[in-house]
Amino acid sequence: MNDFRDLLSQYPPEKVHQALAHVTPARVEQALAKKERDLEDFLALVSPAAAPYLEGMAQKSRQLTLQRFGNNMQLFAPLYLSNECQNICTYCGFSLDNKIPRKTLSDKEIMKEVEVLKGMGFEHILIVTGEANRTVGVDYLEHAIQLIKPHFANVSMEVQPLDQDEYERLIRSGLHSVLVYQETYYRETYKIHHPKGKKSNFDYRLETPDRLGKAGIHKVGIGALIGLEDWRVDSFYTAMHLRYLEKKYWQTKYAISFPRLRPFSGGQEPKVAMNDKELVQLICAYRLLDPDVELSLSTRETEHFRNHVIKLGITSMSAGSKTNPGGYAAGKESLEQFEISDERSPEKIAGLLKSQGYQPVWKDWDPALQNTFR
Amino acid sequence: MLTIANKTFTSRLFTGTGKFPTYQSMQDALEASGSELVTVALRRVDVKDKDDDMLAHLSHSRINLLPNTSGVRTAKEAVFAAQLAREALGTNWVKLEIHPDPRYLMPDPIETLSATEALVKEGFVVLPYIHADPVLCKRLEDAGASAVMPLGSPIGSNNGLRTLDFLKIIIEQSNVPVVVDAGLGVPSHAAQAMEIGADAVLVNTAIAVAQNPVEMGKAFKMAVEAGRMAFECGQGTVSEQANASSPLTEFLSYE
Ligand code: SF4
Repeated sequence: MNDFRDLLSQYPPEKVHQALAHVTPARVEQALAKKERDLEDFLALVSPAAAPYLEGMAQKSRQLTLQRFGNNMQLFAPLYLSNECQNICTYCGFSLDNKIPRKTLSDKEIMKEVEVLKGMGFEHILIVTGEANRTVGVDYLEHAIQLIKPHFANVSMEVQPLDQDEYERLIRSGLHSVLVYQETYYRETYKIHHPKGKKSNFDYRLETPDRLGKAGIHKVGIGALIGLEDWRVDSFYTAMHLRYLEKKYWQTKYAISFPRLRPFSGGQEPKVAMNDKELVQLICAYRLLDPDVELSLSTRETEHFRNHVIKLGITSMSAGSKTNPGGYAAGKESLEQFEISDERSPEKIAGLLKSQGYQPVWKDWDPALQNTFR
Repeated sequence: MLTIANKTFTSRLFTGTGKFPTYQSMQDALEASGSELVTVALRRVDVKDKDDDMLAHLSHSRINLLPNTSGVRTAKEAVFAAQLAREALGTNWVKLEIHPDPRYLMPDPIETLSATEALVKEGFVVLPYIHADPVLCKRLEDAGASAVMPLGSPIGSNNGLRTLDFLKIIIEQSNVPVVVDAGLGVPSHAAQAMEIGADAVLVNTAIAVAQNPVEMGKAFKMAVEAGRMAFECGQGTVSEQANASSPLTEFLSYE
């Protein structure tokens, strides 16, 4: 089997772009009518030609999601441990060239955050840092996981890409899943957005899910940042990546996110805008391609949007998020990675879910099921 | 009456607890279904919490809890999870689910057999969830499983008895109860499983995600009873051809 780098090189952006432009309404209808769909069908469903079929897509997506996931919505919260970062990313508040106060939480500060998050009811936690290997390298992460683990049912991580043996170490400490977004699969423009730091190595990032699969991780979250490049093309690559990983690392579970660029202190406007309708189209297309993949929505999105999109295919969402280190216990000191759009408390979100006939799920894992760290 | 490991059940409908919109609707639907054995995912309950919400809604005297190990990928993990469930929920019954494949949740036959052997030695009542594999079922029986739970079709697929031919062989050969698990989407699927002689069925998704879970619970209850009744009555065999005339052997009647 080819590795993903080879696979990606067979589909240059222009080719995908052209294919998208040539999708006909008949092709969309065909993709919609199928029982199982492939990547070509996915391409048809994210194409501009599929826009008039949005309601039909939403109906099918809802039905499939209900069948596979039931009336459940997994809730989680991000826990920002550090905003130190040695990289320059043109779209991020933590970027090295952004003059903001930097902070890395101490044990005591971490435990304060843990206490607040526990009080809110969270059992699934996502630890987040920038990329600063000297301050928040694998030793710091391992220590943090060991510190946090006893207090939560499930610990996930969204930090810099690591080597396979480093992942193995963290999995032994009880790490359950890792989220790593490619940001953009456009090799050429990736360089422009990541001019400095370790992150500018496109291939090292691209192959992170492979290293995770080899390390035996339970779940990997992938995605493209929406706003850097043509979202339809980038989403096609994401779907292709998903399919590749599912076949190769078949014991790993997968999740998809679709972060839309948000304003942050000192930031730039997104190059490519995506409206709400298009995001719904994308969510439904992922669900129609893969009835079992977890689809995750963050508090980047507005209240109004989140209220309505719950029923269309999403299976997990964050709530009450703070994106600055120490944000839960110490409150807001402008160190955020991006601005939160939906500021409602977890309790409110749980209430909203219930009112829509959904069960907020706080716990869907138990450390007892993961024997690797014993 | 159905007996599994010295416990008798009047209802042959087993149910699950996943996918319900609220714990109250779960409780109501399970009550309407008459189910006496309800499987609970260890990963969903808070075993440290005596007042866990889900468990509170299952504390009906009729209901026996059947913890499942869904989420584990190996025999070793399954054994550990079963031990924890026994301690936390006070039952030595376990529905053994080992699916290293998180997409279709296909059970691993090799790990399942080895976990069954280990758990039986530790005194567990083991009900393994497996593919509809007749040989594996015999091997599990030999290993001491108290029942076997072959799938009708993939979990949550609502596709019914896609494994019909193999289920028939399993039922014919089995010395332990056969519980058809997974894939039953409508009451007629459950009735069909009972008609071919399954001892019980397990239904979750079809009840939990129905527009009206309570009525659907009731409908499955009735279907299971009807199917069982038909099986017990001894169904007339279906013949491929008419029996009225026998052109080839007719001459034998003119003796
Ligand atoms: S996106 Fe990540 S690597 Fe880039 S600047 Fe932000 S925190 Fe650092």
